[in-house]
Amino acid sequence: MIQVQNLTRYYGRTPAIQGVSFEVEKGEILGFLGPNAAGKTTTMRILTCYLPATSGSAKVAGFDVFNQSMDVRRRIGYLPEQPPLYTDMTVKAYLHFVAKIKGVDPRERKNRVNEVMEKTDITERQDQVIRKLSKGFKQRVGLAQAMVHNPDVLVLDEPTVGLDPNQIIEVRQLIKNLAGNHTIILSTHILPEVEMTCQRAVIISRGRVVAQDTIANMTQQKRGAGRLVLQVDGPAAPVRDKLASVAGVKKVHASSDNRYEVESEAGRDVRRELAQAVVQNGWGLLELRSKDKDFTLEEVFLNLTTEEGGANA
Amino acid sequence: MRNFLAILERELKSYFFSPVAYVVLGFFVLATGVAFYTIISWFNNYSMQSMMMAQQYRQMPPAINVNQLAIRPLFGNIAIIALLVVPGLTMRLFAEEKRQGTMELLATSPITNWQITLGKFASALIYYATMLLATGVFVGLLFIYGNPELLPILSGYLGLLLLGGCFIALGLLFSAFTENQIVALASAFFVNLIFVFLGWLGNFTGPTMSKVLGALSPLDHLEDFSKGVIDSTHVIFYLTFIFGGLFLTFVTVESSRWRGAR
Ligand SMILES: Nc1ncnc2c1ncn2[C@@H]1O[C@H](COP(=O)(O)OP(=O)(O)O)[C@@H](O)[C@H]1O
Ligand SMILES: [Mg+2]
Repeated sequence: MIQVQNLTRYYGRTPAIQGVSFEVEKGEILGFLGPNAAGKTTTMRILTCYLPATSGSAKVAGFDVFNQSMDVRRRIGYLPEQPPLYTDMTVKAYLHFVAKIKGVDPRERKNRVNEVMEKTDITERQDQVIRKLSKGFKQRVGLAQAMVHNPDVLVLDEPTVGLDPNQIIEVRQLIKNLAGNHTIILSTHILPEVEMTCQRAVIISRGRVVAQDTIANMTQQKRGAGRLVLQVDGPAAPVRDKLASVAGVKKVHASSDNRYEVESEAGRDVRRELAQAVVQNGWGLLELRSKDKDFTLEEVFLNLTTEEGGANA
Repeated sequence: MRNFLAILERELKSYFFSPVAYVVLGFFVLATGVAFYTIISWFNNYSMQSMMMAQQYRQMPPAINVNQLAIRPLFGNIAIIALLVVPGLTMRLFAEEKRQGTMELLATSPITNWQITLGKFASALIYYATMLLATGVFVGLLFIYGNPELLPILSGYLGLLLLGGCFIALGLLFSAFTENQIVALASAFFVNLIFVFLGWLGNFTGPTMSKVLGALSPLDHLEDFSKGVIDSTHVIFYLTFIFGGLFLTFVTVESSRWRGAR
């Protein structure tokens, strides 16, 4: 649905992005992850025909963003970092206006506007002036605006920035509900956001793509050796030796509280074997959990973005 | 066409909900009213005097030309007032879009920069025409005082409309330069003043120079219109001025995208 090839953009003499390439499949939610000033907004602006690239090419739904800009614009919905709202208009009037300039058929306009208001849960606010809405509601109007012409592709630039935690959860849920019908690119500098809403991520740092893969693969690769934590009710030394003898286990550290940290070989799930070993010896298995889960993507992210930083400096 | 109309309609609505637009309208009508009152008082004195003179010397009172003595100066005054207030109408047009980020919506919609530029121009022109229409009240009052000819009034209004178009095109351009409305207002205002100054400067120069300066100043092209003469040179001047301004605006909008101005 989206093909980006070797995209480069300079502002004056400083490059904002360099040689950025990635693809997005139809119906996918792609996380575009990177720290501030990495070049996320620049890339999205090129995709949405707001900015021309200095070199490289990008295609949306088979159309070139530069040479077939109007075709691309008809098929893309865009929520910029700052939602583009006419604050003196009512929600409904605003959405009607956007529907018009996006080329929605006049006979379908009303239905489309009602539908996106329904989807973003702003129907009750339709007659309010946008200026008077809370930030969360404004963001939803921004989302509704991006969807009003039922575009194939949605480009969302940091859609949860500046919202409070409840609003963030709502907006994320909303975006998840849109998957399937639309192909979505969502940029963010917040890791859990990608884990929660996207299937695949492109990590960008200082204007270059430093990693791209499914979230599962990305964390797996980096994890290399998996780490597990066990709590076993039994004598310390024999337990440790027994755990260490399980096939696939590389190292065992005993810590306080009858806890053991087990490091396994890359890509090998040894949880079943460990549990068996404990139970066969008549000890009690009080706890068995993976230590990686909560922060591996963060590790991936930090590693990639700081490694790249070091290489550049 | 549909996109042009969508932009035009939104801008017009926005005028009719905007306090600034009402202040501009109010000031415009008020200032025109003051000018009208001044002209009428002078005109009354003048006709009174000429009547008394005529009686003294037992002559027929001279024919008093309302068009020449009241309407022409009134139109001249309206032109100056328009020059002062039109930047207040145009300052918002692009600057506000940039400030509130809606330019990003327009620029990523399937709509051309020409449609945007022309839609905005037309909305300001319509609002300005409404303001001119309001001054029709004063001109109407003149029909009580005398028997003004209709044709010079209509051609005068056409001239004022074209002149306003020039100020609007210019104001639009300055609005496209910045995201700060006040900067747009001040710079358009300043350039307008230069135009007045050009015409006025002509009074102190030789006849050739005076002609050149007058030819450059939009104000000086109004005179013939209020005499009832629609001269194609003047019409062409105004239209060239307007389209020149609009073209530069279009180029500015287009190129700010290339530069990636925020
Ligand atoms: N209009 C602009 N003019 C000059 N530099 C810019 C402009 N927009 C972005 N930049 C620079 O380009 C780099 C990438 O910015 P951006 O794409 O906004 O990153 P992100 O969205 O990931 O925070 C930054 O260093 C930023 O300062
Ligand atoms: Mg950004």
